[in-house]
Amino acid sequence: MSVTGSGVSDILGLIFVALFGLLMVVSRVLKQPRPGRDLRPLPALNRLRQAINLTVESGRRLHVSLGRGEIIHPRTAVAFVGLSAMQKLVEDTAVSDRPTIVTAGTGPLGILARSSLRSAYAAANQAGRYRATYGRVTGLTPFSYAAGALSVVRDETVAANFLVGSFGAEVALMTDGSQDDDTLTVAGTDNVVAQAILCASADEPLIGEEVFASGAYVGAGMLHGTSLLTQDIFRWLLIAAMVGGALIKMLGVW
Amino acid sequence: MKSPFATAVAMGVGLLVLVGYFVPVPVLAGLRLLLLQWAVILAGVALLVGMANLIQYHVENLRSKQNIGSVLLLASLGLTFMLTLYFSPQSAPVQWLFSAVLIPGSVALMALLVFTLAYAAVRLLRRRPGVFSVLFLGTAILILLGAVALPGIGSLPFISNTLRPWLAQVPAVAGARGILLGVGLGTVATGLRILLGSDRPYGE
Repeated sequence: MSVTGSGVSDILGLIFVALFGLLMVVSRVLKQPRPGRDLRPLPALNRLRQAINLTVESGRRLHVSLGRGEIIHPRTAVAFVGLSAMQKLVEDTAVSDRPTIVTAGTGPLGILARSSLRSAYAAANQAGRYRATYGRVTGLTPFSYAAGALSVVRDETVAANFLVGSFGAEVALMTDGSQDDDTLTVAGTDNVVAQAILCASADEPLIGEEVFASGAYVGAGMLHGTSLLTQDIFRWLLIAAMVGGALIKMLGVW
Repeated sequence: MKSPFATAVAMGVGLLVLVGYFVPVPVLAGLRLLLLQWAVILAGVALLVGMANLIQYHVENLRSKQNIGSVLLLASLGLTFMLTLYFSPQSAPVQWLFSAVLIPGSVALMALLVFTLAYAAVRLLRRRPGVFSVLFLGTAILILLGAVALPGIGSLPFISNTLRPWLAQVPAVAGARGILLGVGLGTVATGLRILLGSDRPYGE
């Protein structure tokens, strides 16, 4: 039986994913990285933490926006990071008079947002305080979603916005609305165009893989820290492979 | 405490789809396709749930705040929904709604982005003054100058045919690829956390 080119790449892909998973679990057993000690400081997430502490004291609220990720698209991954981080942040602020509002731009994300919110309130022993309207689908097209989320940012005494999900250029409207009220906006996405916009318009943009690190920095789960460590190892492997490949090509070996 | 059943379903389905993607066995490939088709149908149902959530929030908003925006939203949503049900999505009245109301509305909001981004650029220098901000804005201005023909001058000689293509194709593409590699690794890590049952953004 001969193995075709696509068969080889499939096997390599499976090995890559299996190794990645194995390393994540093994790292968990060996060491759990902690922010400030084992993880490099991320000022954006530090400021978000401080703002959330002040939010509870000042009677203002946190707004988490999960973007428009479709459930069967890889772009939902970044919204899942947002959901994990949001769950932890809501647990910490569940006793606040002004509850956290979560906005989503697709039906599936809206369902997951409400489910995560309910779990977070239950985990904080505040299940009675949960209301379904804390998780909202504000629109089902990019700009209607941004317009709906903008009304949350402007109308509901929001002290900090945490935008983490799949956004397009419409994210500029949301960050612009939050600037008017002098609120902190920490934002990250997987879309390169939206990242460029966030670089200019957000108070604290999360660049590239920093958005995937937010779970580890807010203490969202046991594998968040070790998956960061694994990402770093694989990043160095990829860099070595790319530099090695370029050198081999330049020398005409292959 | 999350339901072990929901966790088992999520992990099992995720593993089947993942293995079906990489292992060329017809049974697994067929199962993967079936599960993805179910996911597409569920996403369609979730869209309706999302719409119901939108209606629920605006009805409550209407009761508590008498917000005119909520009235407009509910009325236009109901009208569009009824028209689409009565005629069909391809019919002339529904197509007119899309081409004469929805698309111009979105385009108008997109046009607003010009002012929003110009204001953000000015604010960036005030909020985070430094080499990075100056470089960021300088590059954006050079790209814009190279992309448009100025009245009375036309295309700027060096900027439009040498500097702009080089900036767009060399440093910008290199940076974007670096970012996308990081995003790719983050996506793999997130997917694996869900497959391993560490992240469970579902069920009770």
